[in-house]
Amino acid sequence: MSDTHAESVAYVRETMLPETPPPAAETGITRWMKQNLFATVPNAVLTVAAIVVIYFLLAATLPWILNGIWNAASIRECREILDGTTGGCFAVLSDRWNQLLFGFKYPSTEYWRPALAFLLLFVAAAPVMFFKYLPRKMLLFTAVYPFLAFWLIWGGSIVPPLVLLLGFVAAYVAFKTLEKRGFGVAVLGGLGVLIVAIILAGSIGKIEVLRLEQVQSRDMGGFMLNMILGTVCISLSIPIGIALALGRQSDMPIIKWICVVFIEFIRGVPLITLLFVANVVLAYFLPPGTTFDLIIRVIIMITAFASAYIAEVIRGGLAALPRGQYEAGDSLGLDYAQAMRLIILPQALKISIPGIVNVAVGLFKDTTLVSVISMFDLVGMIRGPILASTDWNGVYWELFGFAALLFFVVCYGVSQYSQWLERELNTDHR
Amino acid sequence: MKKSVFLGALTVAGLTAGAAAAATLDDVKARGTLNCGVTTGLVGFAAPDNNGNWDGFDVGVCRAVAAAVLGDPQAVEFVPTTGKTRFTALASGEIDMLARNTTWTFSRDVDLKFEFVGVNYYDGQGFMVPKELGVSSAKDLDGATVCIQTGTTTELNLADYFRKNSMNYEPVPIETNAEAQQQYLAGACDVYTTDASGLAATRAAFEDPSAHVLLPEIVSKEPLGPLVRHGDNEWGDVVRWTLNALIAAEELGVTSANIADMASTAGDSPEINRLLGTEGNLGEMLGLEADWAVKAISAGGNYGELFEKNIGETTPIGLARGLNAQWTDGGLLYSPPFR
Repeated sequence: MSDTHAESVAYVRETMLPETPPPAAETGITRWMKQNLFATVPNAVLTVAAIVVIYFLLAATLPWILNGIWNAASIRECREILDGTTGGCFAVLSDRWNQLLFGFKYPSTEYWRPALAFLLLFVAAAPVMFFKYLPRKMLLFTAVYPFLAFWLIWGGSIVPPLVLLLGFVAAYVAFKTLEKRGFGVAVLGGLGVLIVAIILAGSIGKIEVLRLEQVQSRDMGGFMLNMILGTVCISLSIPIGIALALGRQSDMPIIKWICVVFIEFIRGVPLITLLFVANVVLAYFLPPGTTFDLIIRVIIMITAFASAYIAEVIRGGLAALPRGQYEAGDSLGLDYAQAMRLIILPQALKISIPGIVNVAVGLFKDTTLVSVISMFDLVGMIRGPILASTDWNGVYWELFGFAALLFFVVCYGVSQYSQWLERELNTDHR
Repeated sequence: MKKSVFLGALTVAGLTAGAAAAATLDDVKARGTLNCGVTTGLVGFAAPDNNGNWDGFDVGVCRAVAAAVLGDPQAVEFVPTTGKTRFTALASGEIDMLARNTTWTFSRDVDLKFEFVGVNYYDGQGFMVPKELGVSSAKDLDGATVCIQTGTTTELNLADYFRKNSMNYEPVPIETNAEAQQQYLAGACDVYTTDASGLAATRAAFEDPSAHVLLPEIVSKEPLGPLVRHGDNEWGDVVRWTLNALIAAEELGVTSANIADMASTAGDSPEINRLLGTEGNLGEMLGLEADWAVKAISAGGNYGELFEKNIGETTPIGLARGLNAQWTDGGLLYSPPFR
C-alpha cells in the first residue's frame, strides 16, 4: 500500500471481511415461512386460520387414537377400561382381524393360502408394471399366476387349473399355427381348443393330486373378496375394453353394432342393478339345483360394467391420434392387427392411462357394493356380522376408519403408480 | 313377443321350482344339511361370533329344525339374506326355510305364496327418547322430530299413529339401524322409532343406556316368525311342529338339562311322553324319528332357554318376556296340544 491517498481517505480496509451468514430473517425456516406462509396479509390470515383448524382436528382425534384400547373382549369392556376418558375401541380390530381380512367362514387353518396368493400377486404383477426393469422371463410366472392363485384360494385338486393352463397353452399354439391361414380361422381354432380344455378340466376334476382343502365361493369374504373382485375384474376388463373400443370403430356393421349396443346398454344401467340381476333374477332362470357360482356371476357383471367404461376411455385415446398415424401404418404395408399392435394402440393406450386408472380405482371401490347382495366383503362384514354381534354393536368410527384406510392405501398406491408410468412413457420433447 | 318369451321362461322356471319344492323334507335328508335363510346380522337374533359360528334367537330355530330332521344341530348351511333378497331366496328354492325376523302379514302369506308356520317373537313398534326430554308417553310427542327407517312398515305405522292422535311430527329419514343410532345420539332427532326389540338392542349398545327411555306405547303388531314355501305342507308341518315343540317344552317344564332323564323312560305326564316320543307315534306321522323333539329341544334348549340365552334379561340386550311369555304367565305363546 502506498501513502498517496493517506490524507484524503480516512480508513482503508486491508483484509477481506470473513463471510457472514445472511440475516436471520432471510434464511432457513424464517425465510421460507415469510415467503410461503406470511407473504401478504391475506396469506397470513389464511395461515393462522389453517393452523387453528388443524389444531382442533388434532386435539379431537389424537387423544382418541393414542388413548385407544387394543385389548378387550367387547365394547362394554372397552368402556370400562376407558372409564369415561376419550379413546377409540380398536380392540374390535384385533378381535375380528381375521374376519375383516378373510370373512367369517374361510377355514382359519388355511389363512396362509390367500395370504401367499396375495404376496405372489406382487411377484406376478411386477414384470407387467415395471416391464423396462425386470427380465421378460418373469412374465412366464405372470401367466401361471391366475391358475396358481385359483388353486391356492379355492383349494381342491390341482388338476383342473393345470388342465386349464395347458388348454390355454394349446390354444395359443393352435392360434399360432393357424395364423398364416388368416386371423379369423386362428381365433376360431384357438377358441375350439380352449373349450375342449374347459370341458376336460370339468370332467377330470375328481383326480386327487396335491389336494388342498376346498373352500366354497360363498365362504369368501372380507378384504380378500374386494381384492379378488378388484384384481380379476380390472385385469379382465382392460383387454375386453380394448376389443370393444376397436370393435366400435370397426367397419363391419354387425361387430360394430354389437359393441355399440353392449357399451351403451351397460353404461345406461347402474352397477347395483346388474348385481341384483346376478344374484336374484338369474336364480329364477337357472333350473333349481344348478350352482352357477355366485362369485363368477358377480365377476361377469362387474367386468362387463368396467369394460364398457374402459372401452369409452380407450375410444377417446384412439380418437385423439391424428389420422396420419393410421395412414402411416397403411403406407408401411402393415395389416390391421399389426398396425394396431405396433402403431396405434401403444400411443392410444398411453393417452388413456389416466382415464383407465380412474375407472380402475372407481371399480375397486365399487366392489363394496356386493355387500347389498349379502356377500360379506369388508364393508359387508362390518355392516353385518360385526356390528350385529352383541359384543361390538355400537363401534363405528374405528371399523369404518379401518376400512377407509385399507382402501386408501390401495387406491393411492395405484394412483401413484399410474403417475410414475405416465412419466416413464413420456416421449414428448416439451 | 319378447315379453311373452320372458313370461314363458318365468312360468317354466316357476313350475320346475314348484316341482322341486314338493319334497323338501326328502331333499334335506338327501343333502344332509338344512339351508336356512337368516339375516346378514341382527343383534341377538342372528350373527356369527368371532369364530364364525352363527348364534342367536332365529339361528336357534334353524338349529332345532336341523336337529329334528337330521339329528345334528350343526348340519345347517346358513344363507345370509338381506331384506331385499330374502323372499326371492326362499321362492327360488335356494333356502328350505327362512328364519329372519320377518313380520307375518297378509300379503306376504297370501300374495307372495309363503307359509308362516308360527310366531317365535311378538314384536311391536315402539319409541325411544332421551330421558332429559322428560317425556313419559308417546302422546306427548306432538311436534317432535322422529328418526325413521325409510321403506319399512314402521314408517306407515308412525304416520297412522300420529294422524289418529292428531299430532304433527317431522320425519328424519335414515337408511340403516347403525345410521339411526348415530343420528339419534348426535341429536338429529328427538325420537327414534323401530321395533321394540331393535330399540332395546340399540339402547343396550349406548355408552349410557340409562339416559334413554323406551316409551310404554307400542303402536303396531309385528309378529315375527319362520316361513316356508307354499305347496309343501309336509315340510311346513315339520317346521311348524318343531317350533311348537320348543314352546310346548317350556310350558311342560322340559329343559335341555332334564330332557335326557325325561326321554329315557315314559313318565307320568302323557303329553310329555307323546312329545318326547316315549309314547305314541307323533314322529312317524311327521316322517321323522320318534325322538325328533328330544333332539330339537336338546339343540339349544326350549323356547325360554333360547330366549334367555340370546335376548333375555341376563344378556346385554335385556328384553323382558312381555308378550312372549307363555299363555300361563299372561303372554301370547300358546302351542297347540301334542296329541
